[in-house]
Amino acid sequence: MAAYSLTVNGNAVSLEVDDPNTPLLYLLKDNLSLNGPKFGCGLGQCGSCTVLLDGQPIRSCITAISDSAGHEVITIEGLGTPDNPHPIQQAFIEEQAMHCGYCLSGPMLYGKAFIDQNPGATQDQILAALGQSQLLCRCHSHNRMLRALVRYAQGAV
Amino acid sequence: MTLKEGVPMNRPSMTPDARAALEKAGSSRRDFMKNAGMMLIGFSMAGQASKLAAQSPINPSGLVDATQVDSWLAIGADESITAYSGKCEFGQGFQTVQYQLIAEELSVPMDRVTLIFCDTGYTPDQGVTSGSQSHLAEFGPGGLRQALDTARDALMELASQQLDAPVSQLSVQNGVVFLTSDPTQSVTYGQLVKGKRFNLTLDPNTVPKDPSQYTILGTSVPRIDIPAKATGQFQYVQNVRLRGMLHGKVVRPRVWGAKVVSVDQSAVAGLPGNIQVVVKNDFVGVVADTEWHAIQAAAALNVSWSDGDPLPNFQGLYDFMQQQPSADSLTVDSGDTDSTLQQAAQMVSAQYLHPYQMHGAIASSCAVADVRGGTGPNATARIWSATQGVYPQRDSVAVLLGIPNANVRVIFVEGSGCYGCNGNDTVSFDAALLSQAVGAPVRVQFTRLDEHTAGENYGPAHVNKLNAGVDKNGQIIVWTSEAWTLSKGGRPSAANPGNIITGALAGFPTPVPKPAPANPPRTFANNSNTACNYVTGAVGSNPPGGTGTVASQRVLVHSIPSPFFTGPLRSPERLQNTFANESFMDEIAAAVKADPVQFRARHLKDARLIAVLNAAAKAANWDTRPSPKPGNARTGVVTGRGVSCVLYEGDNGYCALVAEVSVDQDAGTITVTRLTASQDSGPASNPDGLSNQMEGGALQGMSRALFEEVKWNDRAGVITSTDWVSYPVFQWGMPLPVIQTEIISPLNVPKLGAGECTITLVGSAIANAVFDATGVRMRRIPFTPANFLAAKGS
Repeated sequence: MAAYSLTVNGNAVSLEVDDPNTPLLYLLKDNLSLNGPKFGCGLGQCGSCTVLLDGQPIRSCITAISDSAGHEVITIEGLGTPDNPHPIQQAFIEEQAMHCGYCLSGPMLYGKAFIDQNPGATQDQILAALGQSQLLCRCHSHNRMLRALVRYAQGAV
Repeated sequence: MTLKEGVPMNRPSMTPDARAALEKAGSSRRDFMKNAGMMLIGFSMAGQASKLAAQSPINPSGLVDATQVDSWLAIGADESITAYSGKCEFGQGFQTVQYQLIAEELSVPMDRVTLIFCDTGYTPDQGVTSGSQSHLAEFGPGGLRQALDTARDALMELASQQLDAPVSQLSVQNGVVFLTSDPTQSVTYGQLVKGKRFNLTLDPNTVPKDPSQYTILGTSVPRIDIPAKATGQFQYVQNVRLRGMLHGKVVRPRVWGAKVVSVDQSAVAGLPGNIQVVVKNDFVGVVADTEWHAIQAAAALNVSWSDGDPLPNFQGLYDFMQQQPSADSLTVDSGDTDSTLQQAAQMVSAQYLHPYQMHGAIASSCAVADVRGGTGPNATARIWSATQGVYPQRDSVAVLLGIPNANVRVIFVEGSGCYGCNGNDTVSFDAALLSQAVGAPVRVQFTRLDEHTAGENYGPAHVNKLNAGVDKNGQIIVWTSEAWTLSKGGRPSAANPGNIITGALAGFPTPVPKPAPANPPRTFANNSNTACNYVTGAVGSNPPGGTGTVASQRVLVHSIPSPFFTGPLRSPERLQNTFANESFMDEIAAAVKADPVQFRARHLKDARLIAVLNAAAKAANWDTRPSPKPGNARTGVVTGRGVSCVLYEGDNGYCALVAEVSVDQDAGTITVTRLTASQDSGPASNPDGLSNQMEGGALQGMSRALFEEVKWNDRAGVITSTDWVSYPVFQWGMPLPVIQTEIISPLNVPKLGAGECTITLVGSAIANAVFDATGVRMRRIPFTPANFLAAKGS
């Protein structure tokens, strides 16, 4: 057993695990009972497991705990709450930008990282950025999610 | 669409954790109600005979009497409203619509309502949540609406006695009944009910609220599940966590139909995680303390499998289908099609091909089961599942486990969108078998390989051959259709646990079609849209059931055994048949040089179908002229538009869709630039929610038309579309079409289906647009560059 220390949604945590290759996702959802990052494919192909690692979106299903130690992890729970949502979450709520919502961590966190680094990003710029990310939404709510991201980029929430 | 101001909502339904806690405490529903501040004991209507007897509470054995108001509704002394229903939420928004319905019919604010849905311990058996049937079920006879209105009538009658005034002089608002002339004279629902039960049978004659008086239904109330989902708080079935829960993984044969020869456990003996191996006939799985340990053990376990079943040649599938003995059925047969074809001035014929496709849920399927006591009359099972049908799963699992169904409780917890019979039932069986074997709660989530190759019931492939004859005026006088489809298994049931993969692996037989000739049709049953929009649908002395004018008509369907499990993937067969029918209608229009919208309209007699067709055309600024588009070059990039329309299931939702495309004729790439849909599903309960469904259906339909095809290697006997790379779907970064929705919402007509209309039309609308742009007819899905270039060359 080895213990790995990291910060998750602002809280310092220490996680004990026998296999340093254990993906970060399993520790987030099972050891820390977080619901935001989700297992979709385990292959880095869909993005449902996305978290921010030191502010950059990564796939927690293929990121080993040993590579996460010492870093700061933010999941979508770390952004806001139903009573006090983050502006990007408020934008998704106002646009009703989902069906099932299972994939949401991907477009929300890739979108946030890009828009925060590119304030006022246009719809085409956001689309291009997400296009680099290989993200899936199987309910095909893309149009509404894009509207939500544009709304966030325009600071309209 | 703009979002109207709605009623603010922050009332999630009972969470899985709360339900688990309730379970752990051993509470019956009666106890739960007590805890919620209610006493449900013998409420009887003044003026009616007391019905105190036999109030067996709704209980975990699932004996919920759907004819009783108390099975649907409880009103607490604290004015809380708790309702129970058998229609689930998958992201389609029907949970919110049910809250709207409850609040509307009872005239209470939505935030006073709690809805518990799809739990065999508490909720009425309403079958499966599927097939665009939820609105019909809950607003129709014997459903939630009738229960609410029966209760409302009783409450008004009680208030009339209490306030000493006829019902006609009473008003109700926010759960308070008052004299219209003097609002200070009032009584609340809670005061009327006094924490008791209704003891009433659903009244089939109760009158719904007049839709013109609606303040909540018909408005775009924001979905109540979205704030929790947007902030990561929402508990999906993947997030159900029980005390002492172990993690299981299945070990499936990669070769289709292979059977277990031997299982060598030596390779997992030294692995961490207290590994247990479970084998039951050809079902193999492992259980460990953590999911990661279970994954390692499943990968390491050494199973010898037999040779599998022979698979048809992948490239030759469509020929193979037409050569097999088949179970045949006729949708319609006027008996005169051969002679009418001989009288035709012009004949048109074509064949359309549709592949096997996946539900392909974004979540790999997951369930948690807690089976206690092994097997037999004293064993019990609880299953947390994202199934579309808790009762069918309960009855099927009971047979699988050898436990009385009264001892099995299936609790729905939302998963990702599933679009039909994906892996949610199969994985529930897996969790149940593993839990039964190890005697502890077990959670199973599929790998992506499990999900793609041995998890779900695929949507079946199709061949449709069509012929039509046209008279000298360009009017269709005869239409014939012959279709081939495949079937194996389906949704699980008590009679057929082998309808899904795990049941078959565990030893239960899987039904397939048995060859038989067609009987003459007795009625026009067009729920699979085998017949097109343009036939009269006249059968015997019944009134014609079709929406069209063509009287000489024959529609024959051949069903053959499928090598793969099949199931009701969103718009099951309606999509495949409509792709063929609506592409063919376009071919006929082109043959007689008619505008595709006008040509459709002049073969239709149903005013609502004509209305959505014209509305979509108008919204899309339809360019009225025959296809193909004049002046387009036959190289380079060109654009075009195509239309398609349908009365979904022959009676369940009117829809028309215009697709606009850009085609690179040299590379063969098809880009959809705009989709414009018009839909009439009766009175729209939640216009923005309906629009959301129309948009998602349209884009998912585009994905299925352009990209999706299950693939296999028949020599190796394996599925080769194993992940999102080998089974590509539409993804972020691909050109995203503009999607425009137009909703026609007549008030005083029945509710119709909504969620499967647009997806049914997209393939044909795109094919028709590609033809308009290029003169190339796409008769085979998916419309890949290779298939476009092949069609162009032929």
